[in-house]
Amino acid sequence: MTRKGMRRGLTVAATTVAVSALLLSGCASKRDEGTGGSGGSAEGNVNSTFSFAASSDPKSLDPAFASDGESFRVSRQIFEGLVGTKAGTADPAPLLAESWEESSKGTVYDFKLKTGVKFQDGTAFDAKAVCANFDRWYNFKGIQQSEGVGYYYKSLFQGYADKDTDKAVYKSCEAAGDSEAKVTLTRPWVGFIPALSLPAFAMQSPEAMKKYKADETSGSADAPKLSQYALGNPVGTGPFKFSEWKNGDHITLERNADYWGDKGQIEKIIFRVIADAPARKQALEAKEIDGYDLVGPADLKVLKDAGFNLINRDPFNVLYLGINSKEKELSNVKVRQAISYAIDKDALIKQVMPEGTKTAMEFIPSSVRGYTENVEKYEYNVEKAKELLKEAGYPDGFKTTFYYPTDVSRPYMPTPADTFTNISQQLDAVGIKVEAKPMKWTEYTSYVQGNDKHGLHMLGWTGDYNDPDNFVGVFFNGEKPEFGFDNAELFKNLEDARQMSDQGAQTKKYEEIMKQISDLVPAVPLAHPVPTLAFNERVTTYPASPVQDEVYNQIKLSK
Amino acid sequence: MLKFIIKRLGLLLLTLFGLSILLFLWVRALPGGPATAMLGERATPEAIAAINKAYGFDRPILEQYVTYMGKVITGDFGNSTQSQRPVLTQFFNQFPATAELALFAILFAVLIGIPLGYWAAKNYGKWQDNFSVILSLLGVVIPVFFLAFILKWIFAVQLGWLPTSGRQDVGLDATHYTNFFLLDGLITAEFDAGWDAFKHLILPGIALGSIPLAIITRITRAAVLEVQGADYVRTAKAKGMTPSILRDRFILRNAMLPVATTVGLQLGLLFAGAVLTETVFAYQGLGYGIAQAITNADYPVLQAYIMFIAVIYALINLVVDLLYGVIDPRVRVK
Repeated sequence: MTRKGMRRGLTVAATTVAVSALLLSGCASKRDEGTGGSGGSAEGNVNSTFSFAASSDPKSLDPAFASDGESFRVSRQIFEGLVGTKAGTADPAPLLAESWEESSKGTVYDFKLKTGVKFQDGTAFDAKAVCANFDRWYNFKGIQQSEGVGYYYKSLFQGYADKDTDKAVYKSCEAAGDSEAKVTLTRPWVGFIPALSLPAFAMQSPEAMKKYKADETSGSADAPKLSQYALGNPVGTGPFKFSEWKNGDHITLERNADYWGDKGQIEKIIFRVIADAPARKQALEAKEIDGYDLVGPADLKVLKDAGFNLINRDPFNVLYLGINSKEKELSNVKVRQAISYAIDKDALIKQVMPEGTKTAMEFIPSSVRGYTENVEKYEYNVEKAKELLKEAGYPDGFKTTFYYPTDVSRPYMPTPADTFTNISQQLDAVGIKVEAKPMKWTEYTSYVQGNDKHGLHMLGWTGDYNDPDNFVGVFFNGEKPEFGFDNAELFKNLEDARQMSDQGAQTKKYEEIMKQISDLVPAVPLAHPVPTLAFNERVTTYPASPVQDEVYNQIKLSK
Repeated sequence: MLKFIIKRLGLLLLTLFGLSILLFLWVRALPGGPATAMLGERATPEAIAAINKAYGFDRPILEQYVTYMGKVITGDFGNSTQSQRPVLTQFFNQFPATAELALFAILFAVLIGIPLGYWAAKNYGKWQDNFSVILSLLGVVIPVFFLAFILKWIFAVQLGWLPTSGRQDVGLDATHYTNFFLLDGLITAEFDAGWDAFKHLILPGIALGSIPLAIITRITRAAVLEVQGADYVRTAKAKGMTPSILRDRFILRNAMLPVATTVGLQLGLLFAGAVLTETVFAYQGLGYGIAQAITNADYPVLQAYIMFIAVIYALINLVVDLLYGVIDPRVRVK
């Protein structure tokens, strides 16, 4: 064999490849690529670049048009709202507003603003800017009024200048001087202040929004598209400013040198998009990233043993077993109570949930107003469950369907398939035979929430801010195909509670509602699973927050 | 020759037309739909209806198809429902990534597969042959995601030689003109950036190339076995040809015909089949784009991407057919 001959043999095959390559490279695009900035300059002995793996791209850099966790993770660094949260809790605390006063029976709020604060584009943050933001939301048009785009304004403020005006909670905003803004609501809403801690209501630079056409959100058709502002020109008052977004790959933020507060150690944040959960874990193990969110229960021990820092968020969510009261057997409250008694929540948590998960007795975590110990606890009791089934006329149990998603892991539902297996075995022990109905996540949510042809299912919710209506109001504010449950008294109580202006009285009302729900069992609260973040050992402090109000100037690095 | 190419391209257009109808129906049969994916788990029926109306997904399917094709003819493939960016922009950002990865993988498969297959055939029935057969079996049966996990665990986590994910170190201040990162590294003389991009190609390239490697090895082995037993090889040997001439001119050249077909087909498949590899390596290519689009029932992206991949596949096959002529004068198109 000569070397020359061998080479020629290979050349033939290689030519195939090369010619194809030439042909294909004709399609290549030229793209103006932004630069990532200098990588990790040192402050003392600390590498001041912090890299975090996100599970997807943010939907939008304009938080008013976002509702997903990845958008908010980025927005929290760039923007600040009038109201923030107390560290480590979901309770509202002053942020860009130093204080506020409520008057006229909870319909007028006077915000006293922090002075000397500037947006990252150099324009002043003042009362005019506050009103510009409120008026912008109120004047959303067309597709912006859809829940797919301006979700939070739509669902919380309910009406706009040109649509559903009679339902609108917001009325007007007036600037009194530079540092006082007066916001008037059409009716009292106790949830107003906590709701303002959501990134969707963060203060954005009116100048920048105008310059980069933040409200141009649809193309020739009505379909939404990202504005120039939302694609790459967001401007807030936060400790980090936007640098680059390479869709699908990464987002880079840089320190805001003019930030009014603590600038922290970090000079540059890189959010890398890694969709695959095991790939995020391996990227951390290979020290390519400093941390990632929602560590799978199976990975906790491995990472801990390898010396990584695991940090838990106080759970602000609930996982429940949904029951369709339209099904013959399940329409009987005794059957639903029997199901409650049949489930050993502690065993379930121990076997399939991450360590630190709390047992759920009601549909809100204990840190939310309205939580009460005074509810029926349904301690695990097989005999009692069997007895109730007998009383209901099903001494030998019955058969029903049980829907669960197969391809998803949510903060409130880390391991759906395992949870399903566990619960169905427990139900089997009291005679309730379930027919497994696994389903793809995209199909699942619309199926179980969209029609009443199902028996049991699993779903949950992560709260946005400290307000009971943000939990129970979401589930039981009316008859829904998901629960097929109809109780006019409960629906009215929830509506009344939402409208109350006195917080003390409202809390009491919610405590009654919790008891009512517990007696009626429209669904069974199972657990408050703990979400865990994993970090490289150099991350010594991370400001974990139940509502993910985590701003990276609070992170401490050791090297 | 030109007539042949025009005829093939005409057939391609016809195929694409048929495919566009099938695709249009198929993506709409996906469970969930884009509105549900956009709105998350608490979507109200009204919100879903509003989104469907905005995108025109509530119109009769024939009307949707006609509107869509009308736009496609003008080069407008619509906006992704997930990223809200033009599909075409997204495609041209992701295509170079997949092209680099697919070419790396096929080169890896060809450079190892052909010599390995030849070596096996030459040592037919001996341990070398068994070794290569077992190796190629393993290449086919090991799932890509598992191989990827193992490769990353060894070379990235344990040894720290190669990166686990991405296309290039984000911290590098690399300039990109073509979005072919290797090429960009050469054009801009930013060799460190090019080298870094190359390092990011190695593990996904090997994972992706494992299946074509196995197939090419087996095809080469079979082809060489067949050719080396042919009469003309025996005759050439009897005439006293040197072993190297025998191998190059008589055996390999003839054995290369089926191999070239396989390489072409495999390369086409790599463009379509990089879904898993790109996902587990967080590698921003077409496969990753398709995986995301399926998860989010992103109709515009799915429709366009699958069409584009079909075009790429067809063009690669056309090139392979033309290359036949280079290898085998008997089938040269006049």
